[in-house]
Amino acid sequence: MFNLFLLQALNGAQFGILLFLVAAGLTLIFGIMDLINLAHGVLYMVGAYFAATFTGLTGDFLLGLALALPACLLFGIVLEVLVFRRLYERDHLDQVLATFGLILMLNEAVKIVWGAAPMSVPIPDLLSGSIPLIGPLQYPFYRVVIIAAGLLSAFGLWVLVNHTRIGMLLRAGAVNAPMVSALGVDIRRLFMLVFGFGAMLAGFAGAMVAPILSVEPGMGDSVLILTFVVIVIGGVGSVRGAFVAAILVGLVDTLGRTFGPIVLRSLMDPSAASQTGRTLAPMLIYILMAAVLFFRPSGLFPAKGAAA
Amino acid sequence: MSAGLSEAAFDTAGRVGPGRRAGLFAGGGATLAAGLIFLALALLPPVATLIDDPFLVVTATRIMIFAIAALSLDLVLGYGAMVSFGHAAFLGIGAYAVAILAANGIDDLFLQAVAAILAAALFAFVTGAISLRTKGVYFIMITLAFGQMAYFFMVSLSAYGGDDGITLDARSTLFGLPVLAGDLGLFYLVLAVLVVAFAGLRALTLSRFGRVLRGTRENPVRMQAIGFAPFRYQLTAYVIAGALAGVAGVLLANQAEFVSPAYMSWQRSGELIVMVVLGGMGTLAGAIGGAIAFMLLEDWLALASEHWKLGLGLLLVLLVLFSRGGIAGAIGRLAGRSEA
Amino acid sequence: MTAPPLLSVRGLNKAYGALRVTDDVSFDVAEGELHAIIGPNGAGKTTLIHQLSGRLASDGGTVRFAGSDVTRLSMEERVRRGLARSFQITSILDGFTVLENAALAVQARSGSSFRFFRPAARETRLNEAAMAALAQVKLDDRAHRRAGSLSHGEKRQLEIAVALATGARLLLLDEPLAGTGHEETAVLVDLMQALKETHTIVLIEHDMDAVFALADRVSVLVYGRLIATGTPADVRSNREVRAAYLGEEEAA
Repeated sequence: MFNLFLLQALNGAQFGILLFLVAAGLTLIFGIMDLINLAHGVLYMVGAYFAATFTGLTGDFLLGLALALPACLLFGIVLEVLVFRRLYERDHLDQVLATFGLILMLNEAVKIVWGAAPMSVPIPDLLSGSIPLIGPLQYPFYRVVIIAAGLLSAFGLWVLVNHTRIGMLLRAGAVNAPMVSALGVDIRRLFMLVFGFGAMLAGFAGAMVAPILSVEPGMGDSVLILTFVVIVIGGVGSVRGAFVAAILVGLVDTLGRTFGPIVLRSLMDPSAASQTGRTLAPMLIYILMAAVLFFRPSGLFPAKGAAA
Repeated sequence: MSAGLSEAAFDTAGRVGPGRRAGLFAGGGATLAAGLIFLALALLPPVATLIDDPFLVVTATRIMIFAIAALSLDLVLGYGAMVSFGHAAFLGIGAYAVAILAANGIDDLFLQAVAAILAAALFAFVTGAISLRTKGVYFIMITLAFGQMAYFFMVSLSAYGGDDGITLDARSTLFGLPVLAGDLGLFYLVLAVLVVAFAGLRALTLSRFGRVLRGTRENPVRMQAIGFAPFRYQLTAYVIAGALAGVAGVLLANQAEFVSPAYMSWQRSGELIVMVVLGGMGTLAGAIGGAIAFMLLEDWLALASEHWKLGLGLLLVLLVLFSRGGIAGAIGRLAGRSEA
Repeated sequence: MTAPPLLSVRGLNKAYGALRVTDDVSFDVAEGELHAIIGPNGAGKTTLIHQLSGRLASDGGTVRFAGSDVTRLSMEERVRRGLARSFQITSILDGFTVLENAALAVQARSGSSFRFFRPAARETRLNEAAMAALAQVKLDDRAHRRAGSLSHGEKRQLEIAVALATGARLLLLDEPLAGTGHEETAVLVDLMQALKETHTIVLIEHDMDAVFALADRVSVLVYGRLIATGTPADVRSNREVRAAYLGEEEAA
């Protein structure tokens, strides 16, 4: 039982780390630009497709990844210049409509370019296999790599946000965006950078999961909504909040699905328990979100007041 | 300088700028337009018989059902200024009320409708009470997340088809009579519900309650300053809209004789928003016109290409980007109406 | 003074981080009095009115109105007890008619607003009370215009009419003369002169001529602290006030 718990906790952490990579950029975009971007999940999908394509072209996943990252950055910047730049001053409804349109468009475009059939990316030899945990327990090495890469990115972000001039501007921007532009900072360039960087992080997450999930159109949609849950729990504009909430959501979701039925079995007969467990488990994170909101309407680490 | 706390800096549940109420059916002719639409719809079945196109009635029924759902969303979005992105959940709850009750031997439309209204209203009350504690981008994300929660609940409900959905054995009966068995009976029932919903909502928006809601849309702080607590009114509107969308779901289940979680997908919620905005928010008639226009456009694009969503998405993006005041403004200008 | 004050403020505080925007503010407003609060820009006047009206929660101190503690009450609850405010930045409902702006305020205190069918615009009782409020500010001839189409001065008048229509005993007027021209100012000053007869008023205002013409008593707020309270004559001759505030105006 403990072994199962350990394995699932690691899976949950890995899932959470990926959510964090997607959420980090999005929470800054929400917080600083007050822009609701539904199309952020698309960037995750595009990252996975770029990784698959470049891996196919070069025959090497790491090389493919190295090419996918700048491609995602570029893709994000192009989107910013073409679309998002014109949305900052609009009301939320326009932003919702335009980014909803973008999702429909890009999901379909991906189908046209890459086909509707799922693509798969092999795990590179270098990163395949398992590593021993404790005793006979093994864990896939690639998942460990994902966790490590995610933590490294999180650390990098932490340094960037807390110990650089850009980070200072980002933090100030999340609290009071007009003030930052009043400081004489070129806010347009700052926004473009944040957006491109956020796109790259989301693309990185997509690229990293390409070898363990199937790469398919629409794969970003479900991630997008989980990312929203993460951001709402963590507090809009807070990278730290996004990290804590992402890990929390990853763990609750993964552990809930495995242990929910097991816990319920002690309360009711096994078949009812597994049915109830299966039904409740996917709802757990939403219940978590509702609970957090009930007590803290602006999330765990509010960057600025959001509650009425 | 009191720390940026200017009276103008309020924010409602999702920022909706002023002067957005334009579109296909904005202006004083809204009720007249709705009346003409209803008249045309009432005459549709004989016309369909005449030109020997029975499928027209089926299509029109489906469109009217979404018009009812769009009407209910207009109360929330157009009158309440709440950008709710989880409205399809109520549609799905209504549809599942039919499927679940039918699977348990209760075929009566009336009972199913009551169950659907209660279930949708309860879901709206609980999720609305939590969502309305927040505002701005939070509100949009949270309604989206709650909608998704309902979606996953139905996906995991394997006893009632799970992901694949569930096919109904037959349409509902009314007090033992198979009044909906034929497409014509269903058509006129749906039309009746549409007309009643429109008339009821129109009265509601002009009532005391509706006036408070409209005032809150314009300026919630002002409403507090004269003694209203906006929360109660917004939540009530949210619950009423949820219940009405639940009714639309009951009709949808009967029309399709099939229910699946796809009814409550978040794309569906997005499409409902597009319908309301396309037709003109806060006019009611606009929601009906928007639903008709959107569903016809969807059918037409789908005929033109299998990649029709690319065109639809592009259209949305372009409309928002290259029109002042968003889509509503663009259509208002196309229709030759200035946004006064 | 024998009668208890209508509004009694004790030790009111509000800070944003290290910045104390209102600092231990205490004063009383007697029934029927027009009490002006003046102070240079950034003195915390608007914050104070937000605290009195309930728009902003206070960090400390108490606000008592008509004998009961309202410190913890929301803005809408205070309005229902008769403590209404106007806004410095005009915040009327532009899309509504002038009459409906006032009628909504009457509606708030006349029975439940959870009524869903009868057209509200045809409720004569609400409209009559609203017309009365409009007549008090001499806007009754504009009743059926869209509020957004009024001139700036008329909007300021409507702002006051809406506060009146709530049935308030005490009006908190936040710079009613902000942005008005010469003639508009004269109209509004006359209006407030007339309102003094029927209402207790707390007036925040920059226009010193208006303040000294209207006020029974004046309090001076500087950097969040009340440095003086007294009759206009007292305040005018107060050394500290002249140094901190009036002198600055004259020098400018």
